[in-house]
Amino acid sequence: MAGRSKQPGKFAGVASEGAIQIRNVSKVYDPEGINVLAVDNCSIDIAPGEFCVIVGPSGCGKTTLLNAIAGFHNITQGEILLDGKAICTPTYTAPPGSERIVVFQNGALFPWSTILDNVAFGPVVQGTATAREANEAAQELLAELGLPDIADRYPNELSSGMRRRVEIARALINDPKVLLLDEPFRAMDALTKGVAQEFLLQAYDRIRKTVFFITHDLEEALFLADRILVMTTRPGRIKCSLNVDFPRPRTFHMRASKHYLELKAEIFTAVREEATKAFVAGERELA
Amino acid sequence: MTSFNATKLQKTVLNRTLLRGVISIVALLLLWEIGSRFHFTFLASVPAPTEVIASLNKMISDGKFWKDWLASYWRVLEGFVAAQLIGIPLGLAMAMNRTFYNFMFSPLEVLRPIPPLAWVPTAIIFWPTTELSIAFVIFLGAFFTVVLNVLGGARNIDERMLRVAASFGSRKSDIFWKIVLPATLPSIFTGMAVGMGITWEVVVAAEMIAGKSGLGYFTWASYVGGNYPQIIVGMISIGIAGYLSSGLIRFIGKRATPWQRQF
Repeated sequence: MAGRSKQPGKFAGVASEGAIQIRNVSKVYDPEGINVLAVDNCSIDIAPGEFCVIVGPSGCGKTTLLNAIAGFHNITQGEILLDGKAICTPTYTAPPGSERIVVFQNGALFPWSTILDNVAFGPVVQGTATAREANEAAQELLAELGLPDIADRYPNELSSGMRRRVEIARALINDPKVLLLDEPFRAMDALTKGVAQEFLLQAYDRIRKTVFFITHDLEEALFLADRILVMTTRPGRIKCSLNVDFPRPRTFHMRASKHYLELKAEIFTAVREEATKAFVAGERELA
Repeated sequence: MTSFNATKLQKTVLNRTLLRGVISIVALLLLWEIGSRFHFTFLASVPAPTEVIASLNKMISDGKFWKDWLASYWRVLEGFVAAQLIGIPLGLAMAMNRTFYNFMFSPLEVLRPIPPLAWVPTAIIFWPTTELSIAFVIFLGAFFTVVLNVLGGARNIDERMLRVAASFGSRKSDIFWKIVLPATLPSIFTGMAVGMGITWEVVVAAEMIAGKSGLGYFTWASYVGGNYPQIIVGMISIGIAGYLSSGLIRFIGKRATPWQRQF
């Protein structure tokens, strides 16, 4: 089976796995006895190694979809397949595993562990490497990703930008099939955000794993994505899909090109309509 | 224009604050001394600081005084350590297992409101020796505190940490040792620090009521014996002894939770 390496942190480079099929997925939440249709009949096909970004107004169901792919809850209807295998159906949820790793919105590094221990956590806990091997792999990965000598520091010593990069490293060391990111750069200031985005792209260019990325920042979506999916306001449906065919590696210069501005206009119009609807409806976000 | 020198300013401010603190304490002692000597209202029967210091000097060279220190410390150690050894695992087990929690919660909640000192008569009846009954009462004081703090800490663990751990395919044992335990450690030490304070209160009271040794007994006996300066010596001793114990806990706590340093 090509593309799957056993050593932590060693990447195959070309993705032949990590295809996600979301077929007619609906999710009904039932808080306090009121049925809320969060996701309504969504179907998405994500190719292996594709960088897929979902945008939409807050509360539209993007996080619900991501949580379902990750295995944190089930779905009411439809099925989600990873490389042809069902990982989420109304009756079955494959337990969260290292093949689909999530990077959350606000920092989720373990504050009680050093950076090295944080990054080495995955392999150690899965038993794919001894503590020493995992630590070595973690050191290597940190160096490769251009993260300076921070292995012995604690998370609260670092800036938010640095912490976010460490989280990405912590996810990548497990060589996941799919990387799920839920608005990871949301809480960062614009300058740090730009640096973090470039960092993510550099990592992506190296490993080419499937990425499922949620954001509400349209510029971010255009900069990062191979494909952007626009979700409607609750109940979330896929409104439209936009191919972003800029060559990689992406640079900041593309942001001035005519094609970029055309895409931007297109996507802004699509999302703005939904955002206005959500604003008017004024519904609380569930997840 | 003089240049701004931060360190110099710091030193001046610090010295000024220190100076003010020292002055106010000295002033207080002076007032106390004067009020006592000249029998000023309620200070008439209160021994002056100079008398207290004289009594302190006498006590320091008295072997029995240090035996009382040891006796109190020993009781504190017994009761406190027992409370931690039983309370911490119990709290953690309750946090990890829903069924166990439901099982243990009601009896704990019923017994908790009873102040430890209210247990003294019952403890004396049930336990064969006075020492054991005092130790039991001390145990109770620290026990409920530590269980409460452990539970509070464990239940306040950020959901995202648990999800991250699950996302990496952790087993339940990993979740306990690598997530729950480190995350609860700060609360455990808080429980210990608070529990230590309660322990000293209980020790002193229990010794006054039923003891034959220890700093609480010493203070009470001084009162009964009419040696007023010694009472104050006893009070100061209890304060210092408690402070040293709490200080030790804080020190160990800081070493055990290096990530909580202010960077």
